This record gives sequence, structure tokens and C-alpha cells, in this order.
Amino acid sequence: MPQEYRLILKHADQPGYTPGLDCYLRHGGYETLKQALTRAPKTLPDGKTLSGPEQLRDEVKLSGLRGRGGAGFSCGLKWSFVDRKSGKPIYLICNADESEPGTFKDRQIIYKDPHQLLEGMIIACYANDVHLAYIYIRGEFVEGAKILNRALNEARAKNLLGKHILGSGYGLEIHVHRGAGAYICGEETGLIESLEGKRAYPRIKPPYFPAVLGLYQCPTIVNNVETLCAIKHIAAMGGAEYAKLGTPNNTGTRIVSISGHVKRPGYYEVEVGKVTLGELIHDTAFGGGLRDGHSLKAVIPGGSSAKVFKAGEKFKLRRKGPEGREVEQEIDMLDLPYDFDTLIRAGSMSGSGAIIVLDDSTDIVEALANISEFYAHESCGQCTPCREGSLWMSKALHRLTHGEGREQDAEYLAKIADNIPGGRTICAFGEACAWPVQSFVAKFKDEFVAKGKADEERRAKENRAAKPVREIELTLNAKC
Amino acid sequence: MPMLQKTEPKAAPPPVEKIKVKVNGCEVEVPKLTPDWQGKLVPTTMIQACAAAKVDVPHYCYHPKLPVAGNCRMCLVEYGTQALGPDRKPVFNPDGTPKIAKAPRPAIACATPIAPGMEIYTDTPAVKQMRQGVLEFLLINHPLDCPICDQAGECKLQEYSVDYGQSASRFVEPKVHKPKRVDLGPRIVLDDERCILCTRCIRFTREIANDDALGIVNRGSYNTLTAYPGKTFDNNYTLNTVDICPVGALTSKDFRFQMRVWFLKETKSICASCATGCNIIISSREEKIYRYEPRENPGVNSCWMCDYGRLNYKWIAREDRLAQLRSPKDQVGVRQTGPDGRERPPANSQAKWGAVLKEISGILERAESGSVAIIASARQTNEELYLLHKVAQRVGAITDSAPRLGEGDSLLLNADRNPNSAGARLIGIAGEPMGSNLARIAARIRDGRIKTVVVFGEDVTRHGIGADLLGRLDLLIVSDILPNETTRLAHYLLPGCAYPEKRGTFTNAKGQVQKFMKAVEPPGEARPEWELLHELLFDVAGQDGARSIEGLFNQMTAEVPAFKGMTWAALGDLGARANT
Ligand SMILES: Cc1cc2nc3c(=O)[nH]c(=O)nc-3n(C[C@H](O)[C@H](O)[C@H](O)COP(=O)(O)O)c2cc1C
Ligand code: SF4
Ligand code: SF4
Ligand code: SF4
Ligand code: FES
Repeated sequence: MPQEYRLILKHADQPGYTPGLDCYLRHGGYETLKQALTRAPKTLPDGKTLSGPEQLRDEVKLSGLRGRGGAGFSCGLKWSFVDRKSGKPIYLICNADESEPGTFKDRQIIYKDPHQLLEGMIIACYANDVHLAYIYIRGEFVEGAKILNRALNEARAKNLLGKHILGSGYGLEIHVHRGAGAYICGEETGLIESLEGKRAYPRIKPPYFPAVLGLYQCPTIVNNVETLCAIKHIAAMGGAEYAKLGTPNNTGTRIVSISGHVKRPGYYEVEVGKVTLGELIHDTAFGGGLRDGHSLKAVIPGGSSAKVFKAGEKFKLRRKGPEGREVEQEIDMLDLPYDFDTLIRAGSMSGSGAIIVLDDSTDIVEALANISEFYAHESCGQCTPCREGSLWMSKALHRLTHGEGREQDAEYLAKIADNIPGGRTICAFGEACAWPVQSFVAKFKDEFVAKGKADEERRAKENRAAKPVREIELTLNAKC
Repeated sequence: MPMLQKTEPKAAPPPVEKIKVKVNGCEVEVPKLTPDWQGKLVPTTMIQACAAAKVDVPHYCYHPKLPVAGNCRMCLVEYGTQALGPDRKPVFNPDGTPKIAKAPRPAIACATPIAPGMEIYTDTPAVKQMRQGVLEFLLINHPLDCPICDQAGECKLQEYSVDYGQSASRFVEPKVHKPKRVDLGPRIVLDDERCILCTRCIRFTREIANDDALGIVNRGSYNTLTAYPGKTFDNNYTLNTVDICPVGALTSKDFRFQMRVWFLKETKSICASCATGCNIIISSREEKIYRYEPRENPGVNSCWMCDYGRLNYKWIAREDRLAQLRSPKDQVGVRQTGPDGRERPPANSQAKWGAVLKEISGILERAESGSVAIIASARQTNEELYLLHKVAQRVGAITDSAPRLGEGDSLLLNADRNPNSAGARLIGIAGEPMGSNLARIAARIRDGRIKTVVVFGEDVTRHGIGADLLGRLDLLIVSDILPNETTRLAHYLLPGCAYPEKRGTFTNAKGQVQKFMKAVEPPGEARPEWELLHELLFDVAGQDGARSIEGLFNQMTAEVPAFKGMTWAALGDLGARANT
């Protein structure tokens, strides 16, 4: 029986657990930080010594932790790119912009267990020689920002922040910055621009890789809320131990947000790859199945920008067989283990860990129109393909859902979408707005075609029914 | 001035490290580092390597003198780099050539640095398709008002549409509408529907003009360029944004709807409104000037010029231009005007000039040494000042020029509003300092020692030599372009040319000797001053010099030490530095 594995959310929903510092301390809070700050330098067999922070970074590498914000990039590798020789300060930013539709995991941590995030952040900062860090929080999380500020004040009062944290030589300050309500502020370089007080136009990479030229052109680490909480647990249990959770290359736990037509929408923390998509939807420990009398139509497995899976879709994937050899297997969409690599191999992604379930009551064209409207509204408008393509697709879908469709619109939409992703844009928003269109239209083409065709036929009938247009005799004006 | 690269000669330049890359299969060797918009050496980018290989990469947002934005995506190319094995060592083909791994995603050529062995592909079907895609996206919401757009004929949307456009649009949705005819500032009108949001104007205004006046508001396809709320776009460099705008979004109020660009003749020239001497292109049609635009000269003005200088050309076509040769014996002739409304020289003009110049030379020849003063404007060309200086030497005249001061800035505009102060100084016609002889001349007129004054291009009544003093003279010989108190009192009035009506050189504040060509014909009987001075000197000194500006320039450089070694031909488009 697949079960939740609560590591990060261990306490959050326990009765009586509050976001205050006392409660966190009662539950063993900040013990890991104390240990981290007092880690003794280690001498390696080759005579080299590793400082405490270096050891922490090695643990993170060993843990195999992959970013929980969307891209699933190796956290250890990301940290290793940081330019530590520039002589400039290194910044760390916690990405708490959580805006990908369908995602509601980071806010659970922020609202219920803010000190866990702070502890993770302080350890991550210590490991990376960061002395100033920011939490960039989504503008709509008004209460969340208050909770975080309260938590920061508590931490400052207890010398968990500030100069000489807990008597160590290490000092750190953390500030909360509220966004102003734009999805693109979640993209790390857009976030950095926004934090600098500018319009959140994502930066071009090269040359503006955050690890080298980030906030104020200094080396910068951007990590998701959940990723930073995982850091705390890695520091506590050790990288090797953490890597035993989950599956190889997809280690640890993940908080999955399940929404849509299931009986028990909500967030569930699971070991990565130990649970299948089908289990997450149907198992009583998770989504609890579809509403009675309905059947599954589609699943968006990683936030609204992920490519959709169609019910019954099968994938031929290479997997380790029983004897440990790689064999090609045909797997039903619902039997895909919910991890980073498998979903990518199946042509989609686990993205922000948000599963959106659509049952047979869903008008798939309407669903896509809804998603596209969001992306057309949220494109920052900086680069041509995304700026123009996102609204174009949305307008076409609006037409298609308002009786003005054409049979050719499926084709039309696919062609527009094909010109946006794949490195044509500055940031991954290009993919985010194109993938839903590409996948919905490809996998549910008949529904798009049928809708357009029905509109065309209806309009033709209306035209015939309408009074014939009075013929106008064209007389040439003698003067022209 | 960060935008200008220094051209001062340096000690032996360090060897330039080069990288070999292939562009569409052709190998080119390019420097590893290239100056960026500030002149700082940064890794060479693909677009620069392509340029070295003479391969054009279409682009909108990229501008070599601005920070890179990378937003238009028109310059996307495919590329490959040397394949690395699992040991991170390069892999080789059986024939020993390095194996190239094609990158899975395209890259923007304007921002992607090259690496040794890199192969850039700009002509693959995928690249062509990407360009078509970008162009289609740019056009779907574009108003397509080419028939009434000033940019038509020099518009990058039009140009690339020829290469990558589709003949029919498949866009059936309603277009996005945005503000039109936005009064952005005193000199600029913006059409937001035409704007392709390349941010060139924003980057120029923020980074070069140091004025954070422009920005973009709204999201996605509704992105709209605007001036900062409540602020007008008004600095002395705004019109440069019209030049760099790749489309017809930013238009100059001065040039809007005046002339189709394909009718315009382009002449290389110099701005004469200050001592910086920005290099310019004069656009004219049928003897009428329509606009000035900056011409690139890295050591002088980069790609820019100031609004003040750019718009300071209207005086050339003024109705009251001096167009008639006048001598004391004259009865006022009948003015003849051509079809363009400008005055035409009378049929006997040539003979009249000859006679008048003979008369003047006769008088000067007989003049007692010390009784003549020559005041020559530092707006006259080097060649003219050189000739006047020779006349002065011949007749023993005291000489000077008049300083002309305004407010300068840290970018281009020089406080010295004369285009050729340095020339006047180097040739030796100006007092030391310039203007210091003017009071002396006034005093000597007053005490009767100076009886003849020759003035070229200044209203001396505004420089301490008032009408009362001029009235005491036996003879006042004046050459000028526009009427003033001095020309009114002149006995001989020799109508001269505005500099776009002749050829010549100016020496700018840094000592750069720069030539300008003739754009339009002078009005009426007006003649290039160097020409009549040459004739005059020939009469006075009995010397013949060069009859062409080339010969005259070369004669001058042989005689004036500061110009030693220069030739007209070798000046080229960018000029040469005087030995100061
Ligand atoms: C359009 C767009 C929106 C994004 N929004 C978020 C977000 O809301 N929260 C987040 O953590 N990451 C978001 N990301 C991912 C970030 O760019 C970045 O990869 C992430 O914060 C890195 O943290 P991680 O390595 O811990 O996942 C977004 C990315 C894109 C392209
Ligand atoms: S891809 Fe879209 S969101 Fe990203 S920079 Fe370009 S326009 Fe902005
Ligand atoms: S006005 Fe012109 S230069 Fe400015 S952003 Fe628009 S297209 Fe670019
Ligand atoms: S800076 Fe001087 S030379 Fe340049 S355009 Fe302005 S006035 Fe002319
Ligand atoms: S020229 Fe615009 S992206 Fe390169």
C-alpha cells in the first residue's frame, strides 16, 4: 500500500502545531543548524581539509537532491556553479513565488512551519558563504509574508539570525520581499530583476547565469521553498541517508499537489518515484479516485505548463527489468512512477509536482482555452515568440470556445505553438505556454476539429437562414 | 565619455588572441575578445564572427553600441561545438578532424560567445523557419501602414519580410490596438502599434543619454512603450532613438511626412554646430536639405549626435540668404529666382565676381602695412582660414576669430560652438587666446590706424566692433551667409556658402581634421569662400595655387606644420588627427 512519507510536512498538520518559534523549538527545531555551524573541519586521506560549509555542500551533492521549483535541476550541481572567486558577495534567494497553476505546496510550509524554511535557508546560506538572503514571496500571500516576517523577528531575537549566529563567527540577514502579482516573477532571473526593483523581464543566459551574474551582478543561488527545507533534512540525516529515500537519481520526498476531479484534492508528501501517477489519483491515501460516475479523461502531471497525458495513453519506456537488465516495457500512463526522469521520458514533466486531474465532464477545448488565457496574461512580453504567440493562441482558443471556430483551427494552433518553444525564447515560459497547446491539440485533435467543424456548419446554416442580401448594383461614378 | 573608443595611439598593442570558427562551413579567424558597447573587451559573439565571415544575420534588437538585450529572437542560429568524450576530451572523426556535436537548441547570435572550433549554421532549414516564425509573430499585430509610414524604404520589418515573410497572413484574430500618434516629447512622435518592443530606444536613453525616461508598461502582447508617467521625453539626444528604431515607431517631428526616404540623396558631412564635429549624413533632394543623421565615427561621435546640432540646418534655406554680390559701384540688380524659389546667379555673375575680386585685391595690394585687419570666423573651413592667413601675411594684417560659447555636456556637445576653433588656432589666424585681438582692432580703428577691415563670417558688431567704428573705415569687405549689422554696412559684400554647399575640412576640438562634401547648390551668386579667396590671393600675390579643394588641402598641409603629412584622399571618411 503506497503511503505518504512525511519528512518536510512531518509536523505541519499535527494538531496544536503552530508556526511560532517555541513550537518549532519544542519539536527539535534549529538543532540541525547548531550542528551545522559547529561542524569541525575534516581532514581527507590526501591531506586536504574540508571546512564545515564544504562538507555541507558535499552532503547536498551526495543527497542527489533535485530542485523542487519546476526544472528538477541537481541542487548540488547548481551550488557547484557558484562563482566563489569573484570577490563579490554571494546571495541566496528563496523562491516563494509559487504561481504555477495547480501548485499549492510551498504555501503549506510557509503558513504552517515557517521556521523549517528559515532553518533550511540559514544552513544553505552558511554552506555557501552567503551573508544576505531574500525570500521572494508571491504578492498574493499577504498572510504568508506576515508569518515569515514574524518568524524572522523571532529568529533574530534568539540570535538565530544576525551577527554571530548562536555564538559562531557566522552572520546572516534575511529579508522578505513581496512580489506584485506576476507569474513570471517565479522565473529565477525575472525574480532577480524584480528584486532589484525592475520589471520582471527574465535575463538572457549567457551571460546572466545567476551563479555568476545574479542579483546586483553578483553570484546568486535561487532555490525553491521545498528545496531549501530538504536542505535542512539533508544536513540532519546526511546526504547518503537522504538519498536512500525515493529512487535512484530521484531521491528524497516531494510534496505533490493534487487538484481537479478527484475526491480528495490536496497535498501529499511522498517518496519520489515510489508511487505511481495512478496511485496518486486513485488511492485512498491520496486523491481517492474520481468522482462517482465519472471516468478519467486526462492528467496534467506537473503544473499547468506540463504536457497533458490522455487517459489510456501508453508509453514504451526502458526500465530495469526483474534481473536488473534494461528492458523496454509498455506502460500505461497511470502506471508511470511519479518522478523526474520517467515523466520526462514519457514526454512531459513532474514540474512543480502539481497533478491536475480532468474527468470525462471536461470540455478539453475549454480547458486549454483557460490555460492559454492564463499564459497570454502572464507572458512578460519581452521576447517576440512568446509575447505574440501566447496571445495569438489564446485568441484562437477564445474564438473556438465562443462559436467562431474553424475545422482547421487544430492545425492552426499547432503551427503557432511549434514556433515558440525549444530555445526560441529567453526563458522557459515559451515552453510553458506552448506545451499545453501542442499536447492538447495533438492528443485530443478530434475534439478540436469537431468543435471547429460544428461551428462552421452552424454558421453556414445561419447564413443560409438569414435573409438573402439585397443585390447592390454597382454603378461607376463617372468622375472616378 | 564611455561610449567613445579612444583612438589615441598606444604603445605597442598586445598581440590579439584569435579563435577559429566555421560559419556555414567556411573557416574564419576572429579575435577572441571584441570591444562591447562601452569599449570593454568581452568574448566575441556569433553575430560578430558571422560578420567577419561576411554572413549577414538578420537582427532587430542588437546594436553594437548598446548593451545586448536578446529579445527579438530574429538572430537565432544553429551551432555545434567540439564533441567531448566521457573523459571530457575532444572526440575526432576517422579522418582526424574534430567531431562536432550539434547543439540541441538554437542560440541567439547576438549574445552567444564563440568557442574554438565552433561551427555556426545560419542557412539551415531550421534557422530559416525560425526567422519566418519570428517575423510572422512580429507582423500579426503590426498595423502595416507602410503607405503612410516614414520608415518605409528603410524599415527592417519590410526588409526582412522580403527575405522571410509570407505572402498571405494566416492570422484571423483581431489585432491588438495600442496608442498611436503619442506625443512623446518636443521632437518625437511615437506609434505604439508599429513598435516591435526591441528596447533599443530604452537602452540608448538609459545607458547612453543617462536619462531613464523610457520604459515598457503592461504585459505580454499588450506591452507598450511609453515615457515615464508625467515625464516628457526631452533630452538633447532624443532623436538618436529615431535613427536606431528599426521600424517606424519613433518619428522625428521635424522629418515626419516631409519626404520619402528613397528620394533622398545622401552626402557625407560634419555637424558644424559645435567643436565636437559629429560625423553626419545630409539627406537632400533637389537642393533642399531634409534631415541630418549621425554617421559612425568611433573616435568622434560613435553613432550619435545631439538634437541641437541635428536640427540646426534650417538657416541654410532661409529666404533672406545673402545671394547677391555687392560692390560700392553697384546698382541693385534684378533678382532672378529658379523654380525651387531660390535665387539664380545672373548671367554675368562670373564676370562680375572676377571684376570685384580684382578691385579688392588692388586695394589690399596698395594698403599700407598695419592698416588692414582680418576677422575670420572659426566657422570657416581650414582651407579658407589658411588662405585668409596667407592674405594677412601678404598685406601685414592683424587677424583674429571670435569665440562662440554655449553650454556643453558630458556626452558630445562641446561648450565651444565653433566647428573649427582648433583649425583657426593651428593655422594661426586666431588671436592667442581667440578673440583677444578684437579689442586691439577696435582701438586701432578708433585711432585711425586701421582703415580696412575684412570680415569672413562674423557679425563683428556683436564682438566689440560696433557700427560706429565700422562707419569710420575706408573700406569694409564682408563675406557672409545671412544678413546682419556688419553685412549691412559692408562696402563689398561677398555672398558665401553654407558648409553643405561646398567642400572643405574642419578641425574638431580633439584635433581631428574631418572633411565634408557638398550636398546642395548655393543660392544666387554665392560662391564657396575658398574659391574666391583663392582667386583673390592669386590676384594679390600673383601666386597660383591649386584650383581644386584637393590640391588646396594638400598645399595647406605642406605648409601648416600641424597638418603635415595629411592628404585629402587619405583623410577618408573618418578624418585624421592633427599634430598638436
Ligand atoms: C515561467 C516560470 C515560472 C516559474 N515559477 C516558479 C515558482 O513560482 N516557484 C519556483 O520555485 N520556481 C519557479 N520557476 C523555476 C525557477 O526558475 C527556478 O528554476 C527555481 O526557483 C530554482 O529552484 P530549485 O532549483 O530549488 O527548483 C519558474 C520557472 C519558469 C520558467
Ligand atoms: S519567454 Fe515569455 S516570459 Fe520569458 S522572457 Fe520571453 S516573453 Fe518573457
Ligand atoms: S520604439 Fe522602436 S526602438 Fe523603441 S522599442 Fe519600439 S521598435 Fe524598438
Ligand atoms: S555634439 Fe556638437 S557636433 Fe555633435 S551634433 Fe551636437 S552640435 Fe553637432
Ligand atoms: S538581435 Fe534580437 S535577439 Fe539577437
